[in-house]
Amino acid sequence: MSFPKVRVPYLLLLPGFAFLFTFFILPIINLAQTSTQTPVDGGDTGQYEQTLAFSNYIQAFVENKEQFGRSFLYASLATIFALAIAYPLAYAIAFKAGKFKNILLVLVVAPFFPSFLLRTVAWKQILGEEGFVVPGLRSLNIIGEQTTLTSTSIAVVAGMTYNFLPFMTLPLYASLERIDPRTIEAAGDLYANGITAFRRVTVPLSMPGVVAGTLLTFIPAAGDYVNAAILGSPNTKMIGNVIESRYFKIVDYPTAAALSFTLMVAILILVTLYIRKAGTEELV
Amino acid sequence: MSQKMKDASIPTIPLKARFSRWFGRNLLRIYMIFGFTYLFIPVAYTFAFSFNDSGKSNLIWKGFTLDNWKNPCGAPEVCNALGNSIKIGLLATIFSTILGTMIAFAIGRYKFKGRSSSNLLIFLPMATPEIVLGASLLSLFLAFKINPGFWPTVIAHVVFCVSFVVVTVKARIASLDPRLEQAAMDLYANELETFRKVTLPLVAPGIAGAALLAFSLSFDDFIITNFNSGTLITFPKFVYVSAARGIPAQANVIGSAMFFLALAIVIAGQLVKRKKTR
Repeated sequence: MSFPKVRVPYLLLLPGFAFLFTFFILPIINLAQTSTQTPVDGGDTGQYEQTLAFSNYIQAFVENKEQFGRSFLYASLATIFALAIAYPLAYAIAFKAGKFKNILLVLVVAPFFPSFLLRTVAWKQILGEEGFVVPGLRSLNIIGEQTTLTSTSIAVVAGMTYNFLPFMTLPLYASLERIDPRTIEAAGDLYANGITAFRRVTVPLSMPGVVAGTLLTFIPAAGDYVNAAILGSPNTKMIGNVIESRYFKIVDYPTAAALSFTLMVAILILVTLYIRKAGTEELV
Repeated sequence: MSQKMKDASIPTIPLKARFSRWFGRNLLRIYMIFGFTYLFIPVAYTFAFSFNDSGKSNLIWKGFTLDNWKNPCGAPEVCNALGNSIKIGLLATIFSTILGTMIAFAIGRYKFKGRSSSNLLIFLPMATPEIVLGASLLSLFLAFKINPGFWPTVIAHVVFCVSFVVVTVKARIASLDPRLEQAAMDLYANELETFRKVTLPLVAPGIAGAALLAFSLSFDDFIITNFNSGTLITFPKFVYVSAARGIPAQANVIGSAMFFLALAIVIAGQLVKRKKTR
């Protein structure tokens, strides 16, 4: 391919981009339009007309600021926990596993093969009244008779942490694995002890993985509603739960669209700021 | 290793210090054991309860049986949902792999005007939460009076799979040695022949990996599916709907079978890779 013809890349892009334009860009534009509609006077439920009602946004946000806050809080917590759990795991596999490297890597991903939903339901039952954890903790008097583990925000955050773990582990592993062990040895030769070498050499070199992993965990976590629906209670509702019920139960498309759009923009802004701050342009 | 033996031969170190040393040295190993236990708890639970003689609701252990494994379609809605998920997954995989591979070649192989905005267009669907993707597509379908169902779900899956295919295949293209293609050209292969006989076979593992990734993403997707599938039931949707009253043990059978199947595929892939690199 040493003589690239000018048109070839565009021809290659055409079908895929036509598809993405129709089913990704257009829907987002349509979503923005829907978000400023208001109900038709005297129309059926689900009938809306375009009135450029930007007040939808204010109303939607004010009504649901609690759920917005919760989404970003839970997603941040889940991301931090996932990072704390995944980093040592990825580190151990990349540097200490020797010939077991590939097997361990497979084992890290393997638990995520049975469906995401099944995993979450399994956690619900393990942590539920009939599971073995709660009665066990009760008989040891660690938790009281009334305390439950499901239907709490802890359960929701724990579920999200677990479910998005591979999105954290894999990019971390990929960037740790790429580190030349000689750079760490060099730090040792320059009289850095293990901790200093780790802090000053390993961690900075693994930053691309940290950035990719935190983004890949945070973004789906912020929009998630499955964990909150299965493991939580009405008090742990996230913005995803609100959007879902606005669409399906209340058939309030404009509010749902306004909420979705706000969520998307908020995440894009956060992601952009984060990437700027972390200083890694090359993400994908 | 030798370090360890040297330490063991020094008896003067007090027990407590020796223990904390051992602990420090094996911290990562201990951590791994805890980590993997944590990772495998839900899998073990799902697997164990696939043998539960539970009847309709699989919440409490009632006794061991192989019936669920012998007759995974014993709960007919489970198999129906599974069939839908497989069909949607295969179609979404085929379309997204073709579209994504073409984009990956364009971006990975050519310098052209608009390359960085192309990269952005690929990144955006990945940076958009699923619920926004799902909700916006549903808005579009509703605006054009298209009822949610099978094909809208396939389309929705292709939307979020394409980017992952592009990223995976692009990485593979970037890791190719350009000299291999130059060599083919030097041996009088034309561009098309070079592509067919050299480039494509070299990129093939990347494409295969991307296809597997696309299938597993599609198969496991719930949120986007929930928005665009209407009354069609997929496997994750079935689990979600029946979660409240307890899912039938047959769903655990299918989940466990998926686990072992995927494990087998990954291990087979690793073995092939190892053979090739040897």
